[in-house]
Amino acid sequence: MDAKTTQHTKHLSLEESYGYDRKTLDYIRKAAAHGLYEIRGMGAKRKLPNFDDLVFLGASMSRYALEGYREKCATKTILGTRFAKKPIELDIPITVAGMSFGALSANVKEALGRAASEVGTSTTTGDGGMTPEERQSSKTLVYQCLPSRYGFNPDDVRRADAIEVVIGQGAKPGGGGMLLGQKVSARVAGMRTLPAGVDQRSACRHPDWTGPDDLAIKIQELREMTDWEKPIYVKVGATRTFNDVKLAVHSGADVIVVDGMQGGTAATQTCFIEHIGIPTLAALRQAVDALEDLDMKGKVQLIISGGIRSGPDVAKALAMGADAVAIGQGVMIALGCNGDTYCQKGKHISALDDYAALGTAPGFCHHCHTGQCPVGITTQDEILEQRLEPAVGAKHLKNYLKTLNMELTTIARACGKQNVHHLEKEDLVALTLESAAMAGVPLAGTSWIPGGSGIR
Amino acid sequence: MENLTFDLAQTKVSALNSYLHRQSGESGGQKITVINPDGAHNIAVGLDSPVEVEVIGHAGYYAGGMNKTGKVIIKGSAGTGVGENMMSGVVHVQGFASNGAGASAHGGLLIIDGDAGLRCGISLKGGDIVVGGSVGSFSAFMAQAGRMVICGDAGDALGDSLYEAVLYVKGNIKSLGADAQIEALTDADISALTDLLQQSGLNHDPKSFKKVASRRELYHWNADANQEY
Repeated sequence: MDAKTTQHTKHLSLEESYGYDRKTLDYIRKAAAHGLYEIRGMGAKRKLPNFDDLVFLGASMSRYALEGYREKCATKTILGTRFAKKPIELDIPITVAGMSFGALSANVKEALGRAASEVGTSTTTGDGGMTPEERQSSKTLVYQCLPSRYGFNPDDVRRADAIEVVIGQGAKPGGGGMLLGQKVSARVAGMRTLPAGVDQRSACRHPDWTGPDDLAIKIQELREMTDWEKPIYVKVGATRTFNDVKLAVHSGADVIVVDGMQGGTAATQTCFIEHIGIPTLAALRQAVDALEDLDMKGKVQLIISGGIRSGPDVAKALAMGADAVAIGQGVMIALGCNGDTYCQKGKHISALDDYAALGTAPGFCHHCHTGQCPVGITTQDEILEQRLEPAVGAKHLKNYLKTLNMELTTIARACGKQNVHHLEKEDLVALTLESAAMAGVPLAGTSWIPGGSGIR
Repeated sequence: MENLTFDLAQTKVSALNSYLHRQSGESGGQKITVINPDGAHNIAVGLDSPVEVEVIGHAGYYAGGMNKTGKVIIKGSAGTGVGENMMSGVVHVQGFASNGAGASAHGGLLIIDGDAGLRCGISLKGGDIVVGGSVGSFSAFMAQAGRMVICGDAGDALGDSLYEAVLYVKGNIKSLGADAQIEALTDADISALTDLLQQSGLNHDPKSFKKVASRRELYHWNADANQEY
């Protein structure tokens, strides 16, 4: 081919296929080489409508703004008012999502507890039970009751401040937990009654109940166990959220946690993470619709999770009708996840070589499943876990949660609210058709809500 | 020994349970009789002292659930999840038990004189279960530790995805689940069986039982094994 022809066709001859892009080619080659699907950590990476697609209508002529630096804006949040004798009282509506000891190191669990306690919010256990470290460091600790029941113990039920019955999580609705052998250390294995080093694949259904009528009795059992003191949460991965929330209300939940598809995981099949479940934005609207339909808004509290990253995200979630949010990945990133360095005795040390050894780099890492976390967060390795010093982690996380809360109150005041829970859907408009339809708010500058309201 | 009767036709289950939860080890030896249970759910859940509860009649779901050190005797049949997540102590069903009996029990002994339904001993984590009759399908599914003695028959997929729990079956096994296999009884098995049968007041020849345990082939991902992941 002469130089002139090459010049004319250089883009045509190197045109990348949309359907068979290089990522897809890698996927096919990897499948062909290994005969086993990919497992990874973190949440959905694909582009999804999210809270960034919404904006607030601040106060101006028709609404009265509050002074940003002087006037009070309440953030107190009470969860579990329906049946529990001792509802959970939090200073801020931002909670730490359930993440297991096993997925995370004991140091990290301790850091989460310390930071959450300092800012007056709750942390949550995960698959594999409650560690003494997290109980001691957490003022308010939510104890998960999962299908696997690993380490589930009536003493810990009694020690907990609330119980969360986990039906599913946003990263893998319909799937059980997973912890690969390299993270099933002697301590993790002991807590879960498993042989050390097995590739643990947890049950995806609860062993002692099937369906919402059974769940109602199971919830009653947990109430009887705790003499009706502790709030019972029910957590669902976002799928048929409108119906699931109604059924959770029917089953007697005090609090419902809805986890959207952007929610993270420490190890799950990629096909699950990216292809099962619906975006948090759509799930939140469906959940609120369901509560309103049953006249249960404000009686049963709603916690939304899955891709809540910032103060504006929290504010938008509350405006759409959530009572609180839960954060997992944002919390980990605040601790140093996907950062270039880790901090040891006040010094920053590069982790780049360790990322490279995993075939990744800061900003892209989703290798929680390997247990080789370069910054010592998602690991059970005795050397790596030292890279996260609980005091340092707790300080960063405290700062992060404080920042989110300041942003939340800033937005609430701008919308003229003395209480962040007074933010309402009317304060929001959407920037895209997709987000307008999913969130059920009008496209900015119009009164148009595509899809109408109440579309399930 | 103090003996107290709760009549569930007159009193709520909550009153019974909160009374039971207030008992401590020091008042040990106390015996509570529950009459007119009428299939009520959650009878005697969360016991945390060596109290003895005798239920005269049928119990609903989760009777004796999460028991620690207590003794619950049901002179009738029990609903789903009897003795679920038990840590220690004894739950004895003198009739039949429904699904998920002894699910995820970490310790203690569950005795069922009659038959048990589906998923008996599912996710067992260290407890012992002795069934005088037969068990339904998917029993001992994902059972991790502990022992199960089945004096009658077992349904389909017995011991599917077993970990370290060991099952003993006297009658027929309709089918074994994935990764379960029959193994020869050892002397240790015979002595374990003898002990469990004796504790349960059952008279069977330990040598007439088959042992089911894990092949341990599902412990690790293995792309070449064509496993049904």
